[in-house]
Amino acid sequence: MLVIENLHATIDGKAILKGLSLSVGPGEVHAIMGPNGAGKSTLSYVLGGRPGYEVTEGSVTFNGQDLLALEPHERAAAGLFMGFQYPVEIPGVSFVQFLREALNSQRKLRSEEPLSGGEFLKLAREKAALLKLDPEMLKRPVNLGFSGGEKKRAEMVQMGILDPSFAVLDETDSGLDIDALRIVGQGINAIMRQPGKSVLLITHYQRLLEYVKPDKVHVLAAGRIVKSGGPELALQLESEGYEAVAA
Amino acid sequence: MSEALALPTRHDEAWRYADAEALAALTPDDLGKWHEASLAPGETRAKCLVLDDQWPGLHRVRVNVAEGARAEFFAVLSASAYTRLEVEVTLAKGSHFEFGGVTIGGGDATREIVTRVRHADPEATSTQVVRAVHWQQATGNFLGRVEVAKHAQKTDAAQDFKGLLLEKGATINAKPELEIFADDVKCAHGAAIGALDERAAYYMASRGIPPEAARKLLVRAFLANAFVSLTNEAERDTLLDAALSALGDAV
Repeated sequence: MLVIENLHATIDGKAILKGLSLSVGPGEVHAIMGPNGAGKSTLSYVLGGRPGYEVTEGSVTFNGQDLLALEPHERAAAGLFMGFQYPVEIPGVSFVQFLREALNSQRKLRSEEPLSGGEFLKLAREKAALLKLDPEMLKRPVNLGFSGGEKKRAEMVQMGILDPSFAVLDETDSGLDIDALRIVGQGINAIMRQPGKSVLLITHYQRLLEYVKPDKVHVLAAGRIVKSGGPELALQLESEGYEAVAA
Repeated sequence: MSEALALPTRHDEAWRYADAEALAALTPDDLGKWHEASLAPGETRAKCLVLDDQWPGLHRVRVNVAEGARAEFFAVLSASAYTRLEVEVTLAKGSHFEFGGVTIGGGDATREIVTRVRHADPEATSTQVVRAVHWQQATGNFLGRVEVAKHAQKTDAAQDFKGLLLEKGATINAKPELEIFADDVKCAHGAAIGALDERAAYYMASRGIPPEAARKLLVRAFLANAFVSLTNEAERDTLLDAALSALGDAV
């Protein structure tokens, strides 16, 4: 589904990813773990097409399509969802307005009919309930005044509404208390643990993986995958540390 | 009228950012044309104005607000040629003036809003919210002057200006001026000029919103503050739509 081959990427001329290769099949959940500065967030930015990140070598293929040739909004319409480590606040634009525009823009690119206001609100309420987020909060400006945990839950509500086939979740677990972690974990399972859907979880810690069981775990260090294994690798990392395992 | 006698130049403070060519073309007749309005004591009156391509040039408005009256004025300047809106307001005791203004546009035109709010008597209040959005080689100006007379105690005047430059090459000038002779007053003013929030634009793109639509949403949100005190929702949408239709040709 997603095939990354020998990916090299730079920001401001500084090399961050140095030959990263990774393949995620349909229906699979992969976790990428690694120390600070390994390139985890850069990987998610490159996959999302964030301006400023330059791919200097390698390729990313998404469902047979050259992902890197697509604009960020086209990647979303192709079924890619980026969960942000730091969701952005947008004063003056409500979640409802933002997400309806987003969903209907995606549908338009896929030559699908737009959702009416009523249909959209029904969908939004349903997904908010799944993540135990008060639907009234979706009338507020995007992420404005939300706590760290609420922002992450709102990210998952967005994912539920947009219904992607592939989600890249960048430290979705950071800033969550124990209850919120469980709710978010269950939300990811409900939305993404479906036939043909895949998830790339980027995380520092093993704790989210207790709720969202990965099929494969990869260790990212100094810009490339240095070790891959099953879920047991996450436990080993947690007990022995990155340095010991990645060496 | 007497004030029409001398033609202004850019040496005059109130005209320093004006378009030189457009200034040279002004006639004493243009300068003498004031639209006058007087509000009766206790009266509330609202006016919305769109100065688009049908109404470029100089527009001068003078408003007298009697005791306890409330004047509301909202304007969009979006013409593709030099446009200047001057608003001169005199506030009597306990009256209120509410102003929301927007200059928006590209090309190489200058659009400017010039306000002069005179708190002539005690306990009057005024609020001005002005937003400017420009691109290409366009210029947007806001010259906002608040005058508080010596005996106009308990005056409460607020002025808030924000400018948004969509690309390099555009210019926004802000010139807030406060002239206060009373000692028991509140006068707040703020002016800030910046660029579009790239992080917000990328966040929107990552959810599937194309760049043009994202920019429109962000600009709409930015402008909306100017009309937030306009209670008539239909009129508010008319003004915002008028402003945003000018955005159509932005890069």
